Amino acid sequence: MSENARYRLVLALLGLMVAALFVLSLATGPAAIGLRDGLAALFSGDGAEMTLIMREIRLPRAILGLMIGGTLGLSGAVLQGYLRNPLAEPGLLGISASASLGAVLAIYTGLSAAFAFALPLFALLGAATAVVVVQAMAGVGRGTLTIILAGVAVSAFAGAMTSLALNLSPNPFAALEIVFWMLGSLTDRSMVHVWLAAPFILAGWLMLASTARALDILTLGSDAATSLGVDLRRVQLLAVVGTAASVGAATAVAGAIGFVGLVVPHLLRALVGAVPSRLLPASALAGAAMLLSADIFVRVIAPERDLKLGVLTALVGAPFFLWLVWRSRRTML
Amino acid sequence: MSRLTISDLHVDLGDMPVLRGVSLEVGDGEFVGLIGPNGAGKTTLMRAAAGLLPSRGTLAISGRERLSPGERAKLISYLPQEREIAWPVAVEKVVMLGRAPHLPAFAAPGPRDVAAIKAAMRRMEVDGFAKRSATELSGGEKARVLIARALAQEAPLLLADEPAAGLDPAHQIALMRVFAGLAHEGKSVVACLHDLGFAARWCTRLVLMHAGMIVADGSPREVLTPERLRTVYNITAFLGEYASGPLVLPLDLTSDE
Repeated sequence: MSENARYRLVLALLGLMVAALFVLSLATGPAAIGLRDGLAALFSGDGAEMTLIMREIRLPRAILGLMIGGTLGLSGAVLQGYLRNPLAEPGLLGISASASLGAVLAIYTGLSAAFAFALPLFALLGAATAVVVVQAMAGVGRGTLTIILAGVAVSAFAGAMTSLALNLSPNPFAALEIVFWMLGSLTDRSMVHVWLAAPFILAGWLMLASTARALDILTLGSDAATSLGVDLRRVQLLAVVGTAASVGAATAVAGAIGFVGLVVPHLLRALVGAVPSRLLPASALAGAAMLLSADIFVRVIAPERDLKLGVLTALVGAPFFLWLVWRSRRTML
Repeated sequence: MSRLTISDLHVDLGDMPVLRGVSLEVGDGEFVGLIGPNGAGKTTLMRAAAGLLPSRGTLAISGRERLSPGERAKLISYLPQEREIAWPVAVEKVVMLGRAPHLPAFAAPGPRDVAAIKAAMRRMEVDGFAKRSATELSGGEKARVLIARALAQEAPLLLADEPAAGLDPAHQIALMRVFAGLAHEGKSVVACLHDLGFAARWCTRLVLMHAGMIVADGSPREVLTPERLRTVYNITAFLGEYASGPLVLPLDLTSDE
């Protein structure tokens, strides 16, 4: 009973943290707007310029930070549970790499310059292609290894195609745009980006969340889980398509943001235990909190330099992950 | 009632036939020992019976051939040979997973489930470390936790693949007592066993497999003859009688070339 109470407490605290960081994100930016004035302008809509900044610049940025962070945390936890592999992360299935490739092709062909939303749409198309290939490869066998290997192959191919686009880039500005886009950022996103990504992200969340119970049973391995009534094909479809929809949409609007999906579930296992279903809501909240704070951080430490979000998450995430591995290496052996 | 009816069952893995026309019927109150050398097809037969492999032939559980995964999970509990526990989850939480077929989605375990979990943990003597992480246990302890998980499922038919492997003699005997007790309660148990002595001493019936077929089926005395031990296992054994049943003690390889 006390264990359940502790779990609810952790969820409540994470929820509060996300809410506080969301408000803090709204209050962060180059324009000097007080928190109270900003919120008043956001809701009342009579502050002219201030309202414009709040509604068109800061609100979409905060919403995207929340949605994308939640996506990375949730899909990381689901994939680790489904593949029973602590190294699984949203990029593993090749979805981030393929979505990036789609975006890069939109930049490379100049379509994104002609039509701004060609980029996210191409990225979504890339994610959809990856999921079709991975599902087709893994659909026949029941092995999780097939999925991992198919994902590695898709990632490698998409990475190579992205490099080719860079290699053949007609001018250095296009190459620079491609590289900057791939670093991942929430700068200058509009509400249209939010409306574009939200349906995919929310549908993905529903699919990912509905695997919770099956993930618990999969702790016993695929044979035992099947004998306990788990439909493995269905779970795989939900996990893979749910990741493709949510992570594909997240990559489409923000670029590739690494390490959040890998680190967050590990961090939360120490707090809420290793039961996969418990990890899902906790990881989603913690992912949102981590991305919101990282996005606040890049604006505060280097307001003039447009430090990329993906750079920061990897810069902080990688040493932190190393520390986690160091700390748990005794129990892992 | 016939809990498991298999007739002329064929299973191919790739191009290789692994089960070649197996027929077996297991009724209420039986404790069947499935024996045979490595590669005889015991695990394949178990997995096919549990609905984990595509097979040709007749397979009926409690008289029903067509079962949804949820219905099957209420009629069969299956204990795989591989003892997988992927995450450091508390022992009682692992055992609780056995209740999944009885719980609607997102429902917390009710008093009936809690009672089943406690009874299964007591039976397998794992209640003393219910809160410990299952991945930190010794091999034998982990095996008992997973057997408790299968018992908590409370299905009328238990299929256990090498449940005794890695257990010390005392826990092997305790396990045999538990299975015999389940049979005594009217449930059916089919267990793959390699220790012929234990199989002969505790099972009500032995089924001997060889090269994908059942070559003998009957009481331990009927099945374990010197001739069969030589042709199927390639061993000689001491066969005797003990107060509580037949005694089998493998001695050596048969010395023909």
